[in-house]
Amino acid sequence: MTETTPRTNNARSLLVIGGTSDMGRAVAAAYAEMGWTIALAARDIEAAGRDAADIRTRVEAARVAVHHLDILETDTFGAFLDGLDTLPDTVVCVVGMLGDQERAQDDPHYAARVMRTNFEGPALLLEMLARRFADRGRGLIVGVSSVAGDRGRASNYVYGSGKAGLTAYLSGLRNRLSATDVRVVTVKPGFVRTKMTAGMDLVGPLTATPQAVAARIAALQSRRADVIYVLRAWWPIMSIIRAIPETVFKKLKL
Amino acid sequence: MKDLSGWGRYPRLSGPLGAAFDTDAAAEATARLPGLVARGFGRAYGDAAVGRDNTLDATALDRMLAFDPETGILTAEAGVSLADIISVFLPRGFFPRAVPGTRFVSVGGMIASDVHGKNQHVDGTFGDHVEWLMLALPDERVVRCSRDENADLFAATIGGMGLTGTILSAAFRLKRVETGWIRQTTRVAGNLSEAVRLLNRTDTASYTVAWIDVLARGPSLGRSLILEGEHATPEQVESDALFPTPRTGRIGVPTDMPGWMLNAWSVRAFNEVYYRTGARKADCVTIVPWDSFFFPLDGVAHWNRIYGRRGFVQHQCVIPPAKAEAVLAEVLDRISEKGVGSFLAVLKRLAPASGLMSFPMEGLTLALDMPFSEKLLPLLSEIDALVVEAGGRMYLAKDATQSAETFAAGYPHLDRFRRLRGDLGVTGRMASKLSERLGL
Repeated sequence: MTETTPRTNNARSLLVIGGTSDMGRAVAAAYAEMGWTIALAARDIEAAGRDAADIRTRVEAARVAVHHLDILETDTFGAFLDGLDTLPDTVVCVVGMLGDQERAQDDPHYAARVMRTNFEGPALLLEMLARRFADRGRGLIVGVSSVAGDRGRASNYVYGSGKAGLTAYLSGLRNRLSATDVRVVTVKPGFVRTKMTAGMDLVGPLTATPQAVAARIAALQSRRADVIYVLRAWWPIMSIIRAIPETVFKKLKL
Repeated sequence: MKDLSGWGRYPRLSGPLGAAFDTDAAAEATARLPGLVARGFGRAYGDAAVGRDNTLDATALDRMLAFDPETGILTAEAGVSLADIISVFLPRGFFPRAVPGTRFVSVGGMIASDVHGKNQHVDGTFGDHVEWLMLALPDERVVRCSRDENADLFAATIGGMGLTGTILSAAFRLKRVETGWIRQTTRVAGNLSEAVRLLNRTDTASYTVAWIDVLARGPSLGRSLILEGEHATPEQVESDALFPTPRTGRIGVPTDMPGWMLNAWSVRAFNEVYYRTGARKADCVTIVPWDSFFFPLDGVAHWNRIYGRRGFVQHQCVIPPAKAEAVLAEVLDRISEKGVGSFLAVLKRLAPASGLMSFPMEGLTLALDMPFSEKLLPLLSEIDALVVEAGGRMYLAKDATQSAETFAAGYPHLDRFRRLRGDLGVTGRMASKLSERLGL
């Protein structure tokens, strides 16, 4: 009557970097539904524990482990990876910090934290994972970047520059590993209704749910892609925005 | 400022809305923000989920924390929706023991309103199946409440409209079901006496509810279609899917309908067709999916827009058995005389509930949706007076219009509730537009 998916020890495994974000939770739940073993890496281990309990309650017999990771403590990345039960088959990095643009303009330490959270931490960690995946001979790296990284805008360029760095990094990594079975995918969600965007006025048709983002990411297990916009409407929009000459763009209020 | 109007969109209300992303943040907000009440999905019809000064959006408290298949006890944060619970647990053979008429409600909201379903006369309210709950108080405490622990506070929180503190999480029982289908029988009552007799039968079905034609007059006054339901067994189900998935977003009301479209003539015509169609199915048994039986209106997105921009008022009263038939006849008579149309009039039998401020009591409950107009308010006060006179009361989750006097007359434990709020120091700290209106 009740169908249960047998979960054996050779189930495939997913590592979510930023496991307590709304997108991270949704990705973890989507993979748990597919029978994968889940490792949630997050700074707030207590919150991650609650999210793990949520997935275990929703998905019968789901296996979810929780690991502490601070994306700004780059020195700990090696020990973190060694501490995982197994090298994951797939890693999804959803770490991000929108921050407050005006505060970042005034406070260099704060700006550095936004940049490091969006770029330095994720890039260095994914590089280390890429090496281990390459040594094994396969793996899928999904980096969640942002349309904000496609072009710098006055309203969020500190965040956007970090995401631009991540987008470039993922592009290079993909280029380097193209001859191997390690795949690198850049995901640009557009607007997503999450904690990060709570209270913001988002344009309905351009706004995805965390579950929709998760579904697109989970589909990457069986579908090849390099760079995806979660909602396809974003592709023409960003193509136009990228094509606007700088002399014009600099005067626009977007 | 956010539009915080209830589902009926009367009265129009707005105010600041803060979100809590975990239970710690919700507890912290409860201690910090005065005149606060928590809000789930905004399905209370009137002003219950709008804080006097501040409103706390609890829908991000959406984690399920534990489930024990032996006991059927689910522990979940207060913002988890009933829709979510059903989609996770129905395929595993579990269903909530009490569900209201929409599944787009939160656990916290179901406890605060002590919601009832079509089986309340047999199985009790949602609150009757709550094992324990965690409540955040304005003095920074977070207390666990159950029938054994802080029992007074537990009884006051079940049906307490969020006015004892912020519900953070709760453990409650689900029941085993073999399928997601309902074996439904339609019975026809040609008038109010027949409807009352059918609803009061002792060999009644697990689920019973009557749709009543409020515009019928004379000898057909109170004519009704009574739906009875039982969970179907696998043998009775003809479909391959024992646990069907709900229909979602098939149809919706894209925009406000013009107010003139809903009038005594159009409603009378609708009711005539609906009654005759139902009457043709008299005593027939059909097997229907769970969502169309329990949540028929959830299939129509934004159905509240059919009442137009001025919104509507939902009025639900309960009347003790001795006077139920006579008072209901009087109420229906006045409504049909005024021609205030209502598609969605529901008659149901209720039994007593355990919360201090719970709505259900022994008797019959009538729920009406009426488009708002100035002439509606005097009619509602007339009805309220009849209900109070008969020893009945109004459901706070639906209420937008009753007076403080009507409210006080209907809720015998009000003094205890007030004292308890005073002793806890929550008076004025936990406060909604509803509590202000009713002088709580």
